[in-house]
Amino acid sequence: MNFWDYVSSRQDQLISDTFQHASAVFQCMVVAVVLGVGIGALTYRSDRAGRIATLATGTILTIPSYALLGLLIPVLGLGVPPTVTALVLYALLPIVRNSVVGLRGVDPALVDAARGIGMTGLARLVRVELPIAWPTILTGIRVSTQMSMGILAIAAYASGPGLGNEIFSGIASLGSANALNEVVAGTVGIVLLAFIFDAALVLLGRLTVSAGIRA
Amino acid sequence: MVTNDAPITGATIELENLTKRYPGNPNPSVDSVSMEIGAGETVILVGPSGCGKSTTLRMINRLIEPSSGRIRINGEDVTDIDPVKLRRRIGYAIQSSGLFPHLTVAENIAQVPRMIGWGKQRIKDRVEEMLDLVGLDPREFHDRYPRRLSGGQQQRVGVARALAADPPVLLMDEPFGAVDPITRDHLQDELIRLQHELHKTIVFVTHDFDEAIKLGDRIAVLREQSHIAQFDTPEAILTNPADDFVSGFVGAGAALKRLNLTRVRDVGIVDFPAVTVDEPLQDLFDRFRSGGSNEILLLDRRSRPYKWLRRGDLMRARGSLARAGALVSHTVSADATLRDALEAVLTDNGGRVAITGRRGEYVGVVDMETLLNSVHELLEADRLTALEHREELAELQESQQHQRSALEGGPGGGAADGAGGEHP
Repeated sequence: MNFWDYVSSRQDQLISDTFQHASAVFQCMVVAVVLGVGIGALTYRSDRAGRIATLATGTILTIPSYALLGLLIPVLGLGVPPTVTALVLYALLPIVRNSVVGLRGVDPALVDAARGIGMTGLARLVRVELPIAWPTILTGIRVSTQMSMGILAIAAYASGPGLGNEIFSGIASLGSANALNEVVAGTVGIVLLAFIFDAALVLLGRLTVSAGIRA
Repeated sequence: MVTNDAPITGATIELENLTKRYPGNPNPSVDSVSMEIGAGETVILVGPSGCGKSTTLRMINRLIEPSSGRIRINGEDVTDIDPVKLRRRIGYAIQSSGLFPHLTVAENIAQVPRMIGWGKQRIKDRVEEMLDLVGLDPREFHDRYPRRLSGGQQQRVGVARALAADPPVLLMDEPFGAVDPITRDHLQDELIRLQHELHKTIVFVTHDFDEAIKLGDRIAVLREQSHIAQFDTPEAILTNPADDFVSGFVGAGAALKRLNLTRVRDVGIVDFPAVTVDEPLQDLFDRFRSGGSNEILLLDRRSRPYKWLRRGDLMRARGSLARAGALVSHTVSADATLRDALEAVLTDNGGRVAITGRRGEYVGVVDMETLLNSVHELLEADRLTALEHREELAELQESQQHQRSALEGGPGGGAADGAGGEHP
């Protein structure tokens, strides 16, 4: 059976896996962005807190994904919970780091002006600092999204959703008729999804970054 | 220089023993500054860098919290009120303009009115009004982003934002420090014009003494730790510096600097025959024929000075206005100083310069003769007041001595006069 025959015969399964993969990454990214930007916003004004946040999220990233899943299974069981947890944790570092860097990179004169005209700390964050740091944060989100695409493939090991299942069953049945087709289908699907997500984020940037600070 | 053509909208500011100490530094950065600033007055804090002038300014809106001392605005003690509320009542303009780059010019100006809860339409109208006030065409600049403005335009928008909610007090921290000298000059003229209309209370920090002379009703010359070396009118500081520190700061050329203290609009502007381009040519000829003048100023359709036209120019150009006469290359605003006017008159080959109003419209002409006369009058008046001051001072000292000898050992001294200020 050649690759195209395989794809058309397993169409439904592949579409469902692709959709699940996309949906899992999307949802995890939403959670990671809220958490990551939140952590960044809470810590950037203090030198020490910012460093701790970056260090902590950086440490998580050094744990191999395979190992992290293995550690999470006894606690959270199989399936979606360990997958989502691992994905969100991994996605945090680029977002937190870029949030802290972006928010700290706002010109001190602007912060002074914002305070001087009577903005509260929250107004300053929401109306001045976050919009100016947004392009930097968005770059972090793009990096995180790309990473999550690949890491989710590993999550099939913990019975997670997505295209990783194709790759896993292919590897498990190496030598059989469709083994290679399965691996290739899963990999190509992930690469395509990664492209689409990245394009979507670039578009999001176009729509949300103010024309006054667009490069 | 207080004029009475507009109501004073400013508020008084009183600083009482205002002090700022930073941890780890035994000497306070600002040591017990006391100062009273009248409503509608422009006070310049000037001094070498690091003298604490900026810190003093930033304590007024409590961007820096004073370690001790009181701040009163219009008699109300604001030392302990919510700083955010305080700052919304005080305009604030800084050196780098501090415009938010992600917001348009209009959105930048609208910030404070929005925070204090104005309605949409009112904010919209106000933004247009403010742009107009600082000399930017609303249609052109409303939706621009700050990065597409020149340095001077950014500063104008910065001032418009500071004034948007109509605060009685305006704090300016070296606002024109980062623009080129020509633009700075323009912006200073604009600020004078604005203040002429608005009569805010302005506290302005600079290290440039010439800027201080040009803009200030009164100048506080500060030495280190914000100690006031002299707090007086520019005229008094120029003619009568309190000590070597002040005279060192005033620098050379005090007489020439005196020219910076008088505005063109305060001296005699001569009426000059002027005709707009729209008027029929025949009128032009009639003016030449009837009036004794050999020269006419031609104005464009918006009545801005356009060309100097001499008798005979039209003949040589065969009646074509487009080719006749010499283009007006320099004009001076009515708010410019006599020094600017002198400069322009000296460089103009006809020895005169056209004076323009707020929108560049023609208001009159100044030539060498009027300039000379006004300068002589000024210097004469200065001499007289300086004499009076000296006599008053002598009288005061005499009466104090009388008192002291009458009291014999009682608490001596009287109120320090204005020129004395306070000394460490």
